[in-house]
Amino acid sequence: MAPSHSVDAPDMSIPTADDGTPDAFVERERQVPRAQRVSAVVRLVVAIVVGLIMMFPLYWMVTLAFSPRTDVFSRDLYLWPSEWTLENFRTIFDGFPTLTWFGNSVIITVIVTFLTVLVNLLAGYAFAKLDFRGKGAIFLLVLSTMMIPVQVLMVAQFRLVAELGIYGTFWAVIFPSAASAFGIFLARQFMIAIPDELIEAAKVDGAGTIRIFLQIVLPLCKPLIAVLVLLTVMYQWNDFAWPLIALKDSELFTLPIGLLYLRGQYGADYGAIMALALISITPIIILFLAFQKYFVQGLARSGIR
Amino acid sequence: MAADTSTREETARDVTPSLPATTYTTRAGRTSRTGRSTLASYGFLGPNLILLGVFLFLPLGWALLISFQESSGFGATGWVGLDNYQRLVSDPTFWQSSLNTAVFTLITVPLSLALGLGLAVLMNSVLPGRKLFRTLIYLPMVISGVATALMGVLLFDESTGIINKLLRESGFPGLPWQSQGTAAFVSIILVTLWIRVGFNMVIYLAGLQGISPELYEAAKLDGATSWQQFRFLTVPLVGPSTFFLLIMDVIYSFQVFDTIFVMTAGGPGRSTSVLVTYAYENGFVTRDQSYAAAIGIVIFLITLIFTAIQWRGNRSRDTAG
Repeated sequence: MAPSHSVDAPDMSIPTADDGTPDAFVERERQVPRAQRVSAVVRLVVAIVVGLIMMFPLYWMVTLAFSPRTDVFSRDLYLWPSEWTLENFRTIFDGFPTLTWFGNSVIITVIVTFLTVLVNLLAGYAFAKLDFRGKGAIFLLVLSTMMIPVQVLMVAQFRLVAELGIYGTFWAVIFPSAASAFGIFLARQFMIAIPDELIEAAKVDGAGTIRIFLQIVLPLCKPLIAVLVLLTVMYQWNDFAWPLIALKDSELFTLPIGLLYLRGQYGADYGAIMALALISITPIIILFLAFQKYFVQGLARSGIR
Repeated sequence: MAADTSTREETARDVTPSLPATTYTTRAGRTSRTGRSTLASYGFLGPNLILLGVFLFLPLGWALLISFQESSGFGATGWVGLDNYQRLVSDPTFWQSSLNTAVFTLITVPLSLALGLGLAVLMNSVLPGRKLFRTLIYLPMVISGVATALMGVLLFDESTGIINKLLRESGFPGLPWQSQGTAAFVSIILVTLWIRVGFNMVIYLAGLQGISPELYEAAKLDGATSWQQFRFLTVPLVGPSTFFLLIMDVIYSFQVFDTIFVMTAGGPGRSTSVLVTYAYENGFVTRDQSYAAAIGIVIFLITLIFTAIQWRGNRSRDTAG
């Protein structure tokens, strides 16, 4: 007897909030007194100002990335480049291993994400659905790792990767980064909502723990996996402090470290720096715009930024 | 969709070990089954526990050991007891960095909370284009700290930065963002707020959506003004979100690194040096790794205190509610 697939996966959606307002309220808005209409206008104006402030740095990054050097170094105010040019992008692609850095970021992010998500799904399942001795204590122990600031560990982790002989390699970045517990809590919370009957039924059919996990639990966890993958990708793609310590060869740098290196070499060539910065943030922005709902609810639930 | 009104609560609890009081009865008849199940469980947990053990717990203990040793290049040896900690006490840069960290935290946390709540209320109200505005406010959250800080570097550059250009254009003198301590500090705070309001807004929005609209209807019938509704309904009712954010924001502020490291590197002088940048500097620039480990342990202990406060806060709320 195959388990029924009509069972809904636990809901992980956060209200997108365009639904938060009761219709009655909107209805009344049409015949509201002037005071309220004024307040609506004020709200809109404030929202526009806030929106402009939030957008301006990004707009400025794009503008500088496509500005000719003469504009970038000029002391006059300008908000629009005198001409749009790819000069800055040529500079960084000709003078620096930009593509290699991009590739390094991709490789490290993919491996860390695969490892972290896999390991956290497994552990989350154990905490959610399996009974074993010491469960409470182990859960507390795992949880406590979230409170350890990276900065406490940087010296010791540096010595550790040196001792292990992986200092300066991708693995020096990957292993400590994959040692993260934040996904376990999301995973546990999500998997607890999976009905026990489903698992019991599969057991009666003779399925082992691993088969139950792979064939019954995982297919129900697609929204969870999406959230974990997106958050881990974001976190790892942006990670700076640890790769800065763990990598030494500029050919192996990730994009954030490359950005810092470019700045060290080119000082005030802001056009080139912004061109590389733009390249480094574009993939995450695209992901975010495409999967905003998952990002927002994941961030809200895990407290990870 | 009212399905997720409990998000606020869950959010706050995610960082708390609110394990359901499961009973692990080992009845005699089930011993063999439990044994097998335990084995399978450790199989599922194993990869995670190995990673955490080797790359988190081991370095944590190691860091403590290093902090009791003497630095000698890479191979620190020789026990010096509490010497590194004694040095901390009489190190003016350490105190300056601690003070800067505290001031940074005391300024950024209340501002993040206030702006986050204000924006959440705004974005929870009837507003054309609300979705777009929200997206704009969220966006900085997902951008790398280095890219953001570099953006800050050129916005605030004293001679070619757009902010000073705008100031000069409007007849004001440009501000000494790099050459003067206070201005540098302000620039870092502004960039931090730009990054952080989105996160605060997300949490507050979830909190607001858990409040029943009837409460506001009732308040309106009683003649409460908008301000009174905000002050006496909204603020108390988002209390749990505020508590959660308070702790998260304090921890983030306390551990600020990317922004300061890239924007000012602690300068000018020591005016923006914070504990974490100072620890990094000792560990990887001047290579006094034992001293850096000692600073790390201090950071750890302070984080521990905040975490303990949070656990207690959550527990008392759990038992109360």
